[in-house]
Amino acid sequence: MKKLIAATFVGLAALFMGPAGTAGASELMSANVDISNQNALQRGARLFADNCMGCHSTKYERYNRVGKGIGLTEEHMEEHFIFVTDEEGEPVNVGSLMEIAMEEDYAEEAFGVAPPDLTLTARIHGEDWLYTFLKSFYRDESRPLGANNTVFSNVGMPHALWHKQGWQELVEDDDGNERLELVEGGSMSPSEYDRAVRDIVTYLSYLGEPVKLERQRIGVFVMIFLAFFTLLAYFLKKEYWKDVH
Amino acid sequence: MASNPDEKIQGGFLGWVDARFPLSQMWNDHLAKYYAPKNFNFWYFFGSLALLVLVIQIVTGIVLTMFYKPDAELAFASVEYIMRDVEWGWLIRYMHSTGASMFFVVVYLHMFRALLYGSYKKPRELIWIFGMLIYVVLMAEAFAGYLLPWGQMSYWGAQVIVNLFQTIPYIGPELVTWIRGDFLLSDATLNRFFALHVVALPLVLILLVAAHIIALHEVGSNNPDGVEIKANKDENGIPKDGIPFHPYYTVKDIVGVGVFLIVFFAIVFFAPEGGGYFLKPDNFIPSDPLVTPELIPPVWYFTSMYSVLRSVPDPFLGVVAMGAAVVILFVIPWLDRNPVKSMRYRSFAAKFNLAVFVIAFVILGWLGLQQATTAVSDMSLRFSQVYFLFFFLLWFLSRERSAWFSILAFLVLVAIYTFYDVARFDADDAALIMWGWLIPTVYLFVTMVAPVFARGLGRDRPVPQRVTS
Repeated sequence: MKKLIAATFVGLAALFMGPAGTAGASELMSANVDISNQNALQRGARLFADNCMGCHSTKYERYNRVGKGIGLTEEHMEEHFIFVTDEEGEPVNVGSLMEIAMEEDYAEEAFGVAPPDLTLTARIHGEDWLYTFLKSFYRDESRPLGANNTVFSNVGMPHALWHKQGWQELVEDDDGNERLELVEGGSMSPSEYDRAVRDIVTYLSYLGEPVKLERQRIGVFVMIFLAFFTLLAYFLKKEYWKDVH
Repeated sequence: MASNPDEKIQGGFLGWVDARFPLSQMWNDHLAKYYAPKNFNFWYFFGSLALLVLVIQIVTGIVLTMFYKPDAELAFASVEYIMRDVEWGWLIRYMHSTGASMFFVVVYLHMFRALLYGSYKKPRELIWIFGMLIYVVLMAEAFAGYLLPWGQMSYWGAQVIVNLFQTIPYIGPELVTWIRGDFLLSDATLNRFFALHVVALPLVLILLVAAHIIALHEVGSNNPDGVEIKANKDENGIPKDGIPFHPYYTVKDIVGVGVFLIVFFAIVFFAPEGGGYFLKPDNFIPSDPLVTPELIPPVWYFTSMYSVLRSVPDPFLGVVAMGAAVVILFVIPWLDRNPVKSMRYRSFAAKFNLAVFVIAFVILGWLGLQQATTAVSDMSLRFSQVYFLFFFLLWFLSRERSAWFSILAFLVLVAIYTFYDVARFDADDAALIMWGWLIPTVYLFVTMVAPVFARGLGRDRPVPQRVTS
């Protein structure tokens, strides 16, 4: 009997080791993000707004919810995050969804595919993939926009952060293994760039599921309550079953 | 009327109701005076837990329906709206998505219990049939519900399954158009799946659950010893090994509920994606009819059947095989004619048979999640063979068989699939085919031939008169 239960749980545990993340990518670097770090979230959000939101919408989330979630005031959000205007040419309300101005048709013409919405990108690809992706652009003159990516080959996106990272090239070392080498510096040192990318991924991770931290916090209380409830139920059962032989 | 002494005793509000509706009688029939065997074990929690999950799904489902938009343009965004803007919407949605998977976990364990203790055997055949109908409707319900978030996996998963009907000769293409309500999976499909998911199928499900429980309470519960407790009654007509369901099993089931909810909410609060099994990463991409995902595995609870489908090269025959894998479960009560119900008193061969079946089912489930390589297809075929052979063995082990019949039947079965292996033999996969051949062969050898030489392996043990503790 006990063996059966144990076997069941071992079986279930083995199943849960399963197919996490997305396949295909070779070796991903560890993003190592901490979504409870509000400074990183704010830096990441700012970097995202300044460098990504021209092309990428995050249209399932609202400016003011993000502000509240990462500790920025509505005024700050209005000033630094809202680039989109309504029909009358006024900046959209802070309670609006974070859309972009770029038309899909235009974007498709320019990049081959319309840049995807990134609200849920961390849930689709995982943090490590995003982190590695943003660090894996390299110069490739054969591509229309002069850049390629080792994680996402022939990606339609240009290297949007080139002015920060500089340029990498794909080189082959003596063993015949390909690796990326920084050949032209940008405005950031490699460690600064790593931090910037980590901040962006932290923000995207938060954006994928803003409620994550709260959910885990509430979960602890639910577990404690259920543990007490179950214990109580167990003693109640024992009491009732005293006379069953 | 006032002269009736019974009425005086049964007075008050309850008496008033009882004169008009059998409230006390129903309470007694199904709870307070429903005598259940006193020896239920761990495996008997899953029936009441299935009922609990049904309630969770209905209640959370109703709330989700208040905010969800069954419209191809709006569906995906409305789910994110629930996750972000609706107060506690994320909790309701995660409970519903986790509930879907946990429903199948609980139902599979409940079905395993029935196989373990022979709960489908006379006089409980109809309980099993109703249960199987619940399982089939539950699969339809889960399938329809999975389309609603309108993500890539929703769309392409539904595409794959709906297209299975395309393989039916003559009527296939028309039938598929009729199911979709369009020439491709579209808004029309989403709308009808929504109607099925929130109205039609839940109604059927609830009716079937009622029938399942009524049938159970008519004949009484089986137990881990497979002993009929009604055969041993005291002077008051109460089974000696029975205890009233209420309060004994109500308080016991509450403990089960507590443990289950710990597991359930641990998933909801700490791992709502269920490691990629419950919510797939690709389903966070809005559906796109022009982009086919690289790999479209069904949700885990369908993958065993899906592997059976993939193990057959011909698409239509594959669909037939998959259908047969479900339909054959219905006739188990008439395949297994062995009078000994519980595995406790069955032979080694019968125990081995069930163990192999469970392992084959789990392996088929795992294989169904993998990319269809040659090795995966070949293993799917082997374990599909084992899956179907299990049912033959249920019948075969109904009684002790003579030596010549055992060996002859063994040789005929081995010859059938060996013939198929020879016909499909490919030098490139020689090792795979030959090693794989051992899987069903060893399985059949242990269950059919070994007992010929060691009679003890095939012999059932005597069943006690009364339940053991």
